[in-house]
Amino acid sequence: MSRRRVVVTGLGATTPLGGDVPTTWTNLLAGKSGVRLLEDEWAKEASVTFAARVAIEPSQVMERVEMRRLDRSEQFALIASREAWKDAGSPDVDKERLGVVIASGIGGVITMLDQYDILKTKGARMVSPHTVPMLMPNGPAANVGLELQAKAGVHTPVSACASGAEAAGYALEMIRNNRADIVLAGGVEAAIHPLPMAGFASMKALSTRNDDPTKASRPYDKDRDGFVLGEGGGVLVFEELEHAKARGAKIYAEVMGQGLTSDGYHIAAPDPDGSGVTRAVKFALQDAGIPLSEIVHLNAHATSTPAGDVAEANALTNALGSDISHVAVSATKSMTGHLLGGAGAIESIFCVLAMYHHKAPPTINIENLDEAVKVDVVRDVPRDLPAGSIACLNDSFGFGGHNVVLVFRSYEG
Amino acid sequence: MALTVDVVLAGIKEIVVEVAGIDAGIIAMDKKFTDDLDVDSLSMVEVVVAAEEKFGVKIPDDEVTKMATVGDAVNFIVANGK
Repeated sequence: MSRRRVVVTGLGATTPLGGDVPTTWTNLLAGKSGVRLLEDEWAKEASVTFAARVAIEPSQVMERVEMRRLDRSEQFALIASREAWKDAGSPDVDKERLGVVIASGIGGVITMLDQYDILKTKGARMVSPHTVPMLMPNGPAANVGLELQAKAGVHTPVSACASGAEAAGYALEMIRNNRADIVLAGGVEAAIHPLPMAGFASMKALSTRNDDPTKASRPYDKDRDGFVLGEGGGVLVFEELEHAKARGAKIYAEVMGQGLTSDGYHIAAPDPDGSGVTRAVKFALQDAGIPLSEIVHLNAHATSTPAGDVAEANALTNALGSDISHVAVSATKSMTGHLLGGAGAIESIFCVLAMYHHKAPPTINIENLDEAVKVDVVRDVPRDLPAGSIACLNDSFGFGGHNVVLVFRSYEG
Repeated sequence: MALTVDVVLAGIKEIVVEVAGIDAGIIAMDKKFTDDLDVDSLSMVEVVVAAEEKFGVKIPDDEVTKMATVGDAVNFIVANGK
């Protein structure tokens, strides 16, 4: 029996560029920045005073009573899942064949810290009974699974900023292995809070361009000085091909494969020789069973850190060899900021839409391209991709040395 | 203010509206927290803590398990409040 094929039949997101996928995609192609000064009182005293908050607050689309039992990351997961499920046509599926894999890098960190404040100021008695279900990292996946009554399995891979991509890979395997026919795959993050921001700032990982926030996320630019923390998330409906065809579903793209490796090098710094990334690209292409010549686009991890962007670009040049010349590279974090565990998910959505519309989104804020970057970066305006069958890569890396590469291909019917 | 049934019921209504988002109009003495008002076991903890704060009365855990209806809670608070 040939391997079960997996396609994408629904998309949902809430991001710094929009409260849904169409708005996010439109603003992404328009090269808009989702980065803003924070209006929170605590931000006034912080060393970094800006971030990329979601464009539409959950309170605008969710009932207050539902919200108060959910961590912000769980709210994002439900908002994105509802859009994705509706976009997929709310398929009638056997619940025992329906799965959920939604990742988070940190989990309900805002809930944990807010409840700790209550513990200290008001005592243990006043700590909310919803605290644990709100702070657990599997909370976003669990809440979506509950809402849809998914019974094939609900999972949460955790690998820092690679989590969202790892979730997509896990979902792919669930369908290939015949555990499920439909799996919601995604990632979310809600960590714009003084403690995680202070932690990232202490690592010197965040941009400190407080005087010009919309220019702060500038992957591949010579003057990049760190990433911009973003929040939100994305969810994709993965479906077995024959299942999707049988119900006449709209098919956005095919999920072709994944490659996973680890660096074994350093807890936060990228391996300068990039061999972990090179191997992950190789494994992903082997898994996908397609030649490098078909790859025309890559959504880069490129977070705008001085070390990370060049290490990644070098690794890609090594992995793709002369084929790098026909790969249009987009660094969409220049507009969305870095959604940590949500990044791999929204960037998978961008890859799927790039394949569907044959269009690569731009990278903004490159005033002087770093000379060490040898890849072909799509700058300022979107670029049309070739007609016919095309494929792309989405790479994601996480603190801890996690490397995930996903392969998507246009679906030609 | 004396803790009469009317006063306590009004207070419990406010709390349940806040916790469960139920329309105040349907909250009455004979309504069951779980079946009628969408107050699950976790949210019941919230109701109890809020009621203790509001009425200055201690509600022991073994009493909470006996409080099936709004009336059960109101009567306990009226009987044990100051």
